[in-house]
Amino acid sequence: MNNRLLLSARNVGKQFMQGSRMRWACQNVSFDLYPGEVLAVVGESGSGKSTLLRLLASRLACDEGSVHYDVRNEAGTAMAAAGASGVFNLAELSEARLRWLARTDWGFVEQHARDGLRMNVSGGANIGERMMALGARHYGKLRGEALSWMERVELDTARIDDLPGTYSGGMQQRLQIARNLVTHPRLVFMDEPTTGLDVSVQARLLDLLRELVDQLHLAAVIVTHDLAVARLLAHRMLVMKDGCVVEQGLTDRVLDDPQHPYTQLLVSSVLTP
Amino acid sequence: MDEHYNFGFLDERTKKMIRRAMLKAVAVPGYQVPFGSREMPFAYGWGTGGVQVTASIIGRSDVLKVIDQGADDTTNAVNIRRFFARTTGVPTTEKTLEATIIQTRHRIPEAALTETQTIVYQVPMPEPLFRLEPRRSETITMHALGEYGLMNVKLYEDIAQLGAISKTYDYPVLVNERYLTSPSPIPKFDNPKMHMNPALQLFGAGREKRIYAIPPYTAVRSLDFEDHPFEIQSWEHACALCGAENSFLDEMIVDDEGSRLFVCSDSDFCSERRSAGHVGTQQAVTMPDTLASARGEEP
Repeated sequence: MNNRLLLSARNVGKQFMQGSRMRWACQNVSFDLYPGEVLAVVGESGSGKSTLLRLLASRLACDEGSVHYDVRNEAGTAMAAAGASGVFNLAELSEARLRWLARTDWGFVEQHARDGLRMNVSGGANIGERMMALGARHYGKLRGEALSWMERVELDTARIDDLPGTYSGGMQQRLQIARNLVTHPRLVFMDEPTTGLDVSVQARLLDLLRELVDQLHLAAVIVTHDLAVARLLAHRMLVMKDGCVVEQGLTDRVLDDPQHPYTQLLVSSVLTP
Repeated sequence: MDEHYNFGFLDERTKKMIRRAMLKAVAVPGYQVPFGSREMPFAYGWGTGGVQVTASIIGRSDVLKVIDQGADDTTNAVNIRRFFARTTGVPTTEKTLEATIIQTRHRIPEAALTETQTIVYQVPMPEPLFRLEPRRSETITMHALGEYGLMNVKLYEDIAQLGAISKTYDYPVLVNERYLTSPSPIPKFDNPKMHMNPALQLFGAGREKRIYAIPPYTAVRSLDFEDHPFEIQSWEHACALCGAENSFLDEMIVDDEGSRLFVCSDSDFCSERRSAGHVGTQQAVTMPDTLASARGEEP
């Protein structure tokens, strides 16, 4: 793990209008993320986890604070959107540059695979979309790449031409992961990637994620309410309550020795069969 | 000419507004310029966009030709030609070479166009991405940033499901290597004619209120894959009337036993050839019943 910062959040916050009052959905969140590091954001529903993720991925604009990202430029990506490399405040990047980042250097795995997939084209086309957006125009190579990614995420390659709607929930989630990783991003945002899957499928997906994160040296921000997911995947974790971070630290430390009363409650409320 | 109407039906200020939109369209090849489309004495779908464009550029020295599906004598073509004859009094023609303005629907004439000509297309849907991305705000962003990977996703899907790109008309093109553009519902057979064409090409979409243009000598490339290159249609038969082997053919079923007559879709091209002495077989051909062999029957 090198010491160059990948992503840093500084006092990030977002407020929404509720009735006639403004209410902070998430407030004053700060952390640093290094390449290859996995950060879990845990908390009960409504605690601002997903809002935070959307702020980090620039899908929402920050109302306070800022997100900085180490933008890299590879010689091969001669895009009009490409510019200088270095650490940038995401709010100052052009929309073109942000969209370029979002489909090359980032991945976003949605909670509901339907939101992250293009449901009216086949699995193969879903995997190929990012490559085509970057200018790949060779059908045979696109297909080869799609097949190899389907194998990597343990999907049946015979179903490459099937619509994602015919896939099971777990397969859709795998497809979504393959579709995001095909451009070799450095940072992946995941919003409850295992919610809605049954436990055995969850376990296999987690296994796969752990392997991919390791192989590809991915950094990831994973939003989850499942402490087991955090324990398995994350190096560090943030605990959120009512839009604020109440505790952060190494995963094992937070889970084995929770300091904040809310974290203690959260840890003690997990059922251990 | 009917003196009750202004020259070309539209009032002068409307024509000026449309010309202004066209100037912008010519300056940015392939970019869809919004304009204030007027209510015309036609139903939408009858070429109100094309008619407004033609009405704004037509002058007293022009000669107008109107075609629909390549033919000069179809309902749409006859009516639009009569409309302009009545409201402008300009001479009309069926000969491609004599015309200075050609308004068209579904075809580009077979005869090569020249620098002195303008071809006006009637466009039902100017947005090539509309079946793929329903949000207009999103397609505008995609055009602005040149993000056209999605169109290739569609072509990929065609090859994956059907073995070939299934789009045979309104085949998407990239104009001047910048804007993804719908060529209007012309067959892909005509796409290569748009490339580096000496004539000015104007596109009007009345219902969608957009005008776009391909200026003379502009590069127009049909999208494809390196290993599945763009191809135009071809026929095993020649035109039954004039014997032409390289024109776009209409297939007409002439009886209930599978006989088909192949004739040029461009009626002017066909009659020119016939008067030059070319003769086809004058025969309908019998096509094998492909469905019968698929059912396992003896043909």
